[in-house]
Amino acid sequence: MRFVDEFRDAEKARVLSAQIASMCVPGREYKFMEVCGGHTHTIYKHGLEDYLPEAVRLVHGPGCPVCVIPMGRLDDAIAIAEEPDVIMTTFGDMMRVPGGRGSFFDSKAKGADIRMVYSPLDSLKIAQQNPDKRVVFMAIGFETTAPSSAMTVLRAKALGLSNFSIFCNHVTIIPAIKAILDSPDLRLDGFLGPGHVSTVIGCRPYEFISAVHGKPLVCAGFEPLDILQSVYMIMRQLQEGRSEVENQYRRVVPWDGNVKALEVINEVMELRPYFEWRGLGFISHSALKVRDAYAAFDAERIFEVPGVRVADPKACQCGEVLKGVIKPWECKVFGTACTPETPIGTCMVSSEGACAAYYNFGRFTRERVREAAG
Amino acid sequence: MTGPERGDTATQAGWAEEAVRDAAVEDAELAQYPVGREHLSKEQQVLARIDKARQRKARVKEERITLAHGSGGKATHTLIEAVFLEAFRNPLLEAMEDQAVLDIGGARLAFTTDSYVVSPVFFPGGDIGDLAVNGTVNDLAMSGARPLYLSAGFILEEGFPVADLERIVASMAAAAAAAGVQIVTGDTKVVQRGKADGCYINTAGVGLIERPVHLGADRCRPGDAVIVSGPIGDHGVTIMLARGELDIESDIVSDTAPLHELVAALLDAVPDGVRALRDATRGGVATILNEMAKASGVAVVVDETQVPVRPEANGACEILGIDPLYVACEGRLVAIVDGTHAHTALTALRHHPLGTGAAIIGHINDDPPGLVLLKTTFGGTRIVDMLVGDPLPRIC
Amino acid sequence: MCLGIPGEVVELHPDEPHLAKVDVSGVRRMINIGLLEGENVQPGDWVLIHVGFALSKIDEEEAAAALGFLESLGQAYDDELAALAESNIE
Repeated sequence: MRFVDEFRDAEKARVLSAQIASMCVPGREYKFMEVCGGHTHTIYKHGLEDYLPEAVRLVHGPGCPVCVIPMGRLDDAIAIAEEPDVIMTTFGDMMRVPGGRGSFFDSKAKGADIRMVYSPLDSLKIAQQNPDKRVVFMAIGFETTAPSSAMTVLRAKALGLSNFSIFCNHVTIIPAIKAILDSPDLRLDGFLGPGHVSTVIGCRPYEFISAVHGKPLVCAGFEPLDILQSVYMIMRQLQEGRSEVENQYRRVVPWDGNVKALEVINEVMELRPYFEWRGLGFISHSALKVRDAYAAFDAERIFEVPGVRVADPKACQCGEVLKGVIKPWECKVFGTACTPETPIGTCMVSSEGACAAYYNFGRFTRERVREAAG
Repeated sequence: MTGPERGDTATQAGWAEEAVRDAAVEDAELAQYPVGREHLSKEQQVLARIDKARQRKARVKEERITLAHGSGGKATHTLIEAVFLEAFRNPLLEAMEDQAVLDIGGARLAFTTDSYVVSPVFFPGGDIGDLAVNGTVNDLAMSGARPLYLSAGFILEEGFPVADLERIVASMAAAAAAAGVQIVTGDTKVVQRGKADGCYINTAGVGLIERPVHLGADRCRPGDAVIVSGPIGDHGVTIMLARGELDIESDIVSDTAPLHELVAALLDAVPDGVRALRDATRGGVATILNEMAKASGVAVVVDETQVPVRPEANGACEILGIDPLYVACEGRLVAIVDGTHAHTALTALRHHPLGTGAAIIGHINDDPPGLVLLKTTFGGTRIVDMLVGDPLPRIC
Repeated sequence: MCLGIPGEVVELHPDEPHLAKVDVSGVRRMINIGLLEGENVQPGDWVLIHVGFALSKIDEEEAAAALGFLESLGQAYDDELAALAESNIE
């Protein structure tokens, strides 16, 4: 596969790995946060940690938009799905996320019409094919995905559809990163920036991280070599005493982002004054909602939703995992009450949640796995 | 939208609190048995606790059946152990292979059953009919049996086109002839519109084990080779694309095929060195390897660079974010073979038209027991766990 | 929310200017290229696909440059190893 296989070359990885190791100052530990859930997934799927020296630790951040949805919002979505004439459409990732009373999967078992789609455009098609039903798209994701939801709303309008709406749970990345930087528990040396979010917002929004907080940020791609090269670039900055925003993922990310995508988001959506993030609490101006002009496509205005806050279970430590303060296995319910089949929290359900990644991929100490694999 | 009045009392997720309480009770029970783990680091203690928890008796926690119970992964296994095995328990059933091996009147018979509920019923490369015949033949073949007789029970939905039924039945007749089996008994039921997705087929199959072979997932030994008979994931990807909801076009077709002759060729070439055979259906190759690892208490180490996957299957899996190792096949087998006979086995498979893409994808180790490890194409390592849920296309 | 996969544009939709067919390893899907309006997407171009939309055009030169950099790193590394080997003082 072009533009993919070349960036999975093991030989080049070994070189990068050696270079990174040679740049480590003896006795010093380096902690870099990879913000994006897609990075978490790649790291575990390819066993990337085997290529990093012990002194370099990658901390998983809150860049998993499934993980940050509070249970109450999911209950709202389920309430909509359980209306008799509603077809709820959602990305696969959301199907097993547990709300206060169960997940989409559970509701489906009880008879709700909940369908999985690959794209919001597929949802639009379902609306066109089922004029007697109301079709709702569960819109989640960071700025990477918001333009797609917005474009779909514009298409719906152009097509004159009256039975399509989105339940908007898009969140924005910068407030999440700010929450990390403001957290006293964490000492980070640098950031791997979210590559695909950056195709939309560009690299400028991260400048405050290096300018004000003095941490290097390298906007990173998603193939194993992209991640290793980004670590290398951060190490170079640290070695040279620089603190800048750099773009490793230049083949895809334009420095200024995608102007058209930003326009489209702005046309259809606006920032909410505040939004609750699972584990991080209420953050102001961190999420999007549908503008008044497009109210006909806003599920929150069309349907009555309970709007009830559901507190995270007392034992759930997703918030600390999302902030990178604790490792998955340090959560008191990891592996016992909370497993991939019986998840308590979102970090265990989402395929890019740190807990799921660790449970499924990284559960044995690296040495033991490496030895066993020969 | 209501504001975030900080004094707001939020409700609680009762199910979560209960789950945590239950787990704490179970944990306390386990903690009564000190296992001399004081020397382990905190992380290792947590992992040891998880291992113990995984060995607990299977229990179905859900109140209702979900689609996960049918995906071939963890939920399916838990359901089978906690509900079916519990109720029907007997030594023959406990073997839990693809077929039961019966000693009747001095002959060794293989006996199996299967149900086919695939949707859509017609797809590139086949239909529910040849799937039903080939699938049943394969379950018998995995014990080294010569498949002989099949039954076919049909559950038809009111309104299902007779022309479609005739098409399916014609496929079955052709598949049966190709496999050298006869469909000798059957049944027909019709249910109201909406109660069956067009056509469901249930089969049973009987075969004769004429060779002195004893195959089983619990027979794997360190040093054995893991062989797969061809590219994986074709069937599952074909079905996912054929459903049309994903709007993806491809030339990929289902790999449905009867494997008994391939098995015969393998057993002719390596009469004593084959430990286990499974056909890789629901849950894919990863599920089978996990079953082998657990049943034999060994580690299965797989080299990702050696696993054959067609570019189209790979492309579809990349777009959807699924791992081909978990995607169903219908005409592929996994063979665990004594390491010293691995190349003989491979050659025998490759000489057969259904095995031209066969490859040695890994080997069996003694440690860590019960786990499947993968050496990634990239050179890293990770664990390949039992499937949880369904391999739903992910977006991330 | 980050699964973006590179795909090659093989066909523009004759009637709908915002649609194009892309190919990923022989698998094809119609996607929406509306977010790349103004970039004159043509068959043969490579784009990043995310949930049925093209988010960005892949810059082949940058891709080559990234790989080139990694190669040079490898070369520099090999040179250094060679130099180290040669400077082995006996």
